[in-house]
Amino acid sequence: MTKPPVIGRTREEMAQRLAQDIPDGSYVNLGIGIPELVAKFVPAGRSLIYHTENGMLGMGPAPSPGEGDPELLNAGKQRVTALPGAAYFHHADSFAMIRGGHLDLCVLGALQVAQNGDLANWSTGEPDAIPAVGGAMDLVAGVKSIFVITQHCTREGEAKLVQKCTFPLTGCAVVNRIYTDLAVIEVTPNGFRLVELSPGIDFNFVQERTAAPLLRTPEPIEAG
Amino acid sequence: MIDKRVASAAEAVSDIFDGATIMIGGFGEAGSPVELIHALIDQGATNLTTISNNTGSGQVGLAALLKAGRVSKVVCSFPRTANSTVFPELYRSGRTKLELVPQGTLAERIRAGGAGIPAFYTPSAVGTPLAEGKECREFGGRKYLLEHGIRADFSLIKGRVADTHGNILYNKTARNFGPLMAMAAKVTIVQVAEIVEPGKLDPESIVTPGIFVDRVVGIANPAHESELVAAGASYP
Repeated sequence: MTKPPVIGRTREEMAQRLAQDIPDGSYVNLGIGIPELVAKFVPAGRSLIYHTENGMLGMGPAPSPGEGDPELLNAGKQRVTALPGAAYFHHADSFAMIRGGHLDLCVLGALQVAQNGDLANWSTGEPDAIPAVGGAMDLVAGVKSIFVITQHCTREGEAKLVQKCTFPLTGCAVVNRIYTDLAVIEVTPNGFRLVELSPGIDFNFVQERTAAPLLRTPEPIEAG
Repeated sequence: MIDKRVASAAEAVSDIFDGATIMIGGFGEAGSPVELIHALIDQGATNLTTISNNTGSGQVGLAALLKAGRVSKVVCSFPRTANSTVFPELYRSGRTKLELVPQGTLAERIRAGGAGIPAFYTPSAVGTPLAEGKECREFGGRKYLLEHGIRADFSLIKGRVADTHGNILYNKTARNFGPLMAMAAKVTIVQVAEIVEPGKLDPESIVTPGIFVDRVVGIANPAHESELVAAGASYP
């Protein structure tokens, strides 16, 4: 049995595409999951400084298995390292960086994004779920740019880019750009605008999987 | 002469009373004062309200305090983690109440409480379910929520080194809520791996000044939560 052909970008390719758009020298907070992959694909010659909300700037990659310090963790509570020039600080300073608009970019996952930039990414609202929000609401309220990286649709094939979120919100009108397996999309005052199609994907394919109108002006780029 | 040392974790937590509100430091296992929490379990105080970022993992530390049925309410930003099963069961069965607070708002509420600021406005959580019932006000065309400072009867914190005046240094990302919680409690109790004489710590490097600290306990080789969980430990 042969595997079905991959349609659109893989997770790694999505992260790689997003990484192209981060300017050199940015202070960046990467959420847990696909956002973490972005760090692997930063183009040569650019250096970013990673913030982790539990209290460090200058976060480096994970140590070798069994190495590291159980008290040097990232926001996902995994062991990480500190790069030369790193700084530790307490939570009030960490969230002053976030809320005070000192961080340039935050990359997050999403359950849903609405055409006005509303983000839902912390709860499906199921009554039996244990509510847990962490720093997501502070990050979207304070960081200068919010990029979402997500599959275009759920595993069940439902659109995640919608007119209005049905899941509980993380923040209102906070998302700037969305990087999916199918496209790069910008949130504008007039709604979703297609910036770029993934290789081999056409406009109608993306529009059919987006539950809100996609604007095409100016003409989107077809990535080669 | 100022000397904030106490002989043991048991002595440090001996006056924690039923119904007390207790801030507990830590982000995941980094900065979790495991030995102080275990001493509190032994001590027996109950009907506690805890204020913390997480609810512990496995059946040790904060998770063990919850499992022992001592906590009636948790104020928390992220009460589930890998290996975190105790709190979800208590929450679903209605035995422990939860006040969910965004992490940055939790940090600032603690800082404000400790700094004598009764309330403040923040943009975090505007328009979300966590804004329900909170005053919303516009400044410069943007909406903000009124959030209240919080204080506690006790704070339990883990540092790396202290002097006998209670000046504290931390270890890496174990600092997290420690310096804030130290300010916000009537009685702040800190466990550290090493206690030194005044003058041994560089005054330029002090993270928590001793005025915020009441008791210092030496725990030379503190347990790490992940190692206890990996070994299948449970407390008591």
